[in-house]
Amino acid sequence: MSADQDGANLLEVRGLTKIFGTLTACDHVDLNIAKGEIHALLGENGAGKSTLVKMLFGSLEPNSGEIFWNGQAVRITSPGTAKKLGIGMVFQHFSLFEALTAAENIALSLDDGSPISTIAAKARALSYSYGLPLDPLSLVGDLSVGERQRIEIIRCLLQTPQLIILDEPTSVLTPQEADKLFETLERLRSEGKSILYISHRLEEVKRICDRATVLRHGKVVGHCNPRQETASSLARMMVGNEIQAVVRAPAEDIETAPVLLQIRELTRKPATPFSIPLRNINLEVRAGEVIGIAGVAGNGQGEFFESVSGEVLQQDAGSVRIRGKDAGGLTITGRRLMGAAFVPEERLGHGAAPRMKLSENLLLSRHATDGKMLVGAGGMVKSDAIYTAAQRIIKVMDVRKSAPDPEAAALSGGNLQKFIVGRELDRRPSVLVVNQPTWGVDAGAAAHIRQALIELARSGSAVLVISQDLDELFEISDAITVMHNGELSKPLPIAEATFEKIGLLMGGAEPGHAEHTLETA
Amino acid sequence: MRLELVKRPQRSMLFSALSPFIAFVLTIIAGAIMFALLGVNPLTAFRIYFIEPISQVWQLHELAIKAAPLILIAVGLSVCYKANIWNIGAEGQFILGGIVGSIFPVLFPQFEGPLVLPLMLLFGMIGGAAYAAIPALLKTRFNTNEILTSLMLVYVAQLFLDWLVRGPWRDPQGHGFPQTIQFNDSAILPELLPESGRANWGFVFALIAAVLIWILMSRMLKGFEVRVLGSSPRAGRFAGFGLSRMVFFAFLLSGALAGLAGISEVSGAIGQLQPVISPGYGFTAIIVAFLGRLNPLGIVAAGLVLALTYLGGEAVQSALGISDKVARVFQGMLLFFVLGCDTLIHYRIRLTGLSAPKLEAAPKLEEAR
Repeated sequence: MSADQDGANLLEVRGLTKIFGTLTACDHVDLNIAKGEIHALLGENGAGKSTLVKMLFGSLEPNSGEIFWNGQAVRITSPGTAKKLGIGMVFQHFSLFEALTAAENIALSLDDGSPISTIAAKARALSYSYGLPLDPLSLVGDLSVGERQRIEIIRCLLQTPQLIILDEPTSVLTPQEADKLFETLERLRSEGKSILYISHRLEEVKRICDRATVLRHGKVVGHCNPRQETASSLARMMVGNEIQAVVRAPAEDIETAPVLLQIRELTRKPATPFSIPLRNINLEVRAGEVIGIAGVAGNGQGEFFESVSGEVLQQDAGSVRIRGKDAGGLTITGRRLMGAAFVPEERLGHGAAPRMKLSENLLLSRHATDGKMLVGAGGMVKSDAIYTAAQRIIKVMDVRKSAPDPEAAALSGGNLQKFIVGRELDRRPSVLVVNQPTWGVDAGAAAHIRQALIELARSGSAVLVISQDLDELFEISDAITVMHNGELSKPLPIAEATFEKIGLLMGGAEPGHAEHTLETA
Repeated sequence: MRLELVKRPQRSMLFSALSPFIAFVLTIIAGAIMFALLGVNPLTAFRIYFIEPISQVWQLHELAIKAAPLILIAVGLSVCYKANIWNIGAEGQFILGGIVGSIFPVLFPQFEGPLVLPLMLLFGMIGGAAYAAIPALLKTRFNTNEILTSLMLVYVAQLFLDWLVRGPWRDPQGHGFPQTIQFNDSAILPELLPESGRANWGFVFALIAAVLIWILMSRMLKGFEVRVLGSSPRAGRFAGFGLSRMVFFAFLLSGALAGLAGISEVSGAIGQLQPVISPGYGFTAIIVAFLGRLNPLGIVAAGLVLALTYLGGEAVQSALGISDKVARVFQGMLLFFVLGCDTLIHYRIRLTGLSAPKLEAAPKLEEAR
């Protein structure tokens, strides 16, 4: 049946094609995954990685092409079929219920009627044997993001898959946690399991992957051995041309520049049982500089962002000051009118309304600040003006889309992020607070966004970047501070910061951090 | 063999447009079965129910009289529902509009002139809006469920009206009948074309309201605010739109329109206050709003259809001796089928056969996120 009868390939994909309307998301993709290899799938956002993986996992049906599993032609029509074959997937976005325990969450997806206690015992045994210790009886809501990922991995392993697909697994981990994950992956490889590893972090692909398949605009542009490539040669294959390295001119006379964003003794009680309190946060961001806030997800970054943006008001008006004036009592609209702009972490449903067009999503954050330009007399929306402005941003940020003014939900994550960041940059704000500026964005676009953030700062604005991507923070920040368990460390000037120092702070190593752990549990 | 609902990647435009029509056909089929079970020839019954009530010009006026309150209330409700705010108490706001608007003709019958009617309409709107403000306040202050509070306030309003017309506001010359005095001429909403039928200005108010609300929702920043907060509240908060303000806006607007419908009905079709001034317009308007796809222009069409179910109910009662409660049955079936057919907008139906046992339903967890 298979053209290739050597039998060593676990999975062979021949000419797989998926067409959405006028867009060919995957164009005759070929892919071979051997038994016992870690195979990297590289590509920019919108290159077709997700579409390909969804077809392998049965969430999408291909228009044409063949899939061979152990040499047998198969049709994978649903995730259930994929699981039966032995394909497991760990998603980038976890699908866990916070109010249930880890074991209960696992039981939900196994769906084979075995008692929770059996599943818990199995999960515990499996987790320890793979060096991913996990207490199956703990509530998911109490667990860190890294621990939640372990649940997903254990859940996947319990189904004894032959092929495990991992989508951007390290994006939520500290460097130390990532190392741990790599050990597990290597252990799985040594047991003869195959892994399809999707990542945009080229260094880690070079480190753990045996082979790589690179996608560009839906087509396979090459297979290679990542160990023999350099990060920049891999990036060149992905993007098709050289990625502009981010240029960071040294910030000058920062000490004398005015403080544009000041956080003074910001404290916030936890809003829900699963959220983190903020404890006495102090921070100054001066005109012309980029300050980076590192930290593992779920350590209060979201709560901090809400407080600074004004989605949640402060009791002490002086705890957030914008351009020298108290802003703690002002709503997000009031803070925008003072010259601040905000980019939240979640794109769909927070930074953008999914079922609304891009032009309407422009209005979402700009209706007050650009009131006269976008909204006419009597509150009538100037639809021509918002359309023109949206098209301008689409052009400047190179947003790729399938219709002139599509719904936000129709864009890939990276392209929507480009639009949302572009929407705020277009205003030339004097204070910009960004949470995860390039999360899930491809290398070319990420470099574009990072450069734009630096340039905004150098033109005299204060830029505060919250990110879990340490490479990114080291690339763009003038100083880095770490958020752990609702507290913020003292900013380290970039010249003094190292991965190791920041990584330790992210793990809560600084005295005075660890003792709070029990309170929040 | 079993049926499986598969979520569509995006909403189907085709079924958005078709769904009300499919629902209507299904209602007719179910209605035919009902008439057959009642021992009536369905074809005869449908002729009497749907055709005869609108075969003469004066009957079209009756249709407009019934449609006016339905449309007025439903366009207000459409704003609420678009904002994901569930005002179920329009019936009560309608009654309070009727009561407050009637203050002038009942308590000051000697006050006459061109000012009376505008004041009555204004007071009707204030009455409806004020009554709607109660569930809004409870929701924003105490986080109560507005479905329950607004619904329960309907019964309070009905009993309050009942007490008024039997007690303090009863016509002293009315031989003990539970009703107020007849309104004086300047308190009566004029008829549009008195030579051909009874339809009054209420229908014009309904059409104007539909157009204004359509402009509000599709062209204005406020309508954008309603849609954002209704579809993604967190993005709405990021936009700086306040949810509490929106709760008040939606309740006050829909309450005012229901109040306007109430006073229009009292001063137009009835001419006095009685223990019962509405055959359930406030509830039927919920069906109208959804049948019209929460679009004000669609609501005008849906309002006319539902008005016909009222007229048809009266017609089958007099011609075939079937209870006019049959109108309620038709309205209920229509809403049931509309909501059912709307599933097709977001889901497609897949037949799962026994021939392909591999195609078992996988947990759709990942899609839920």
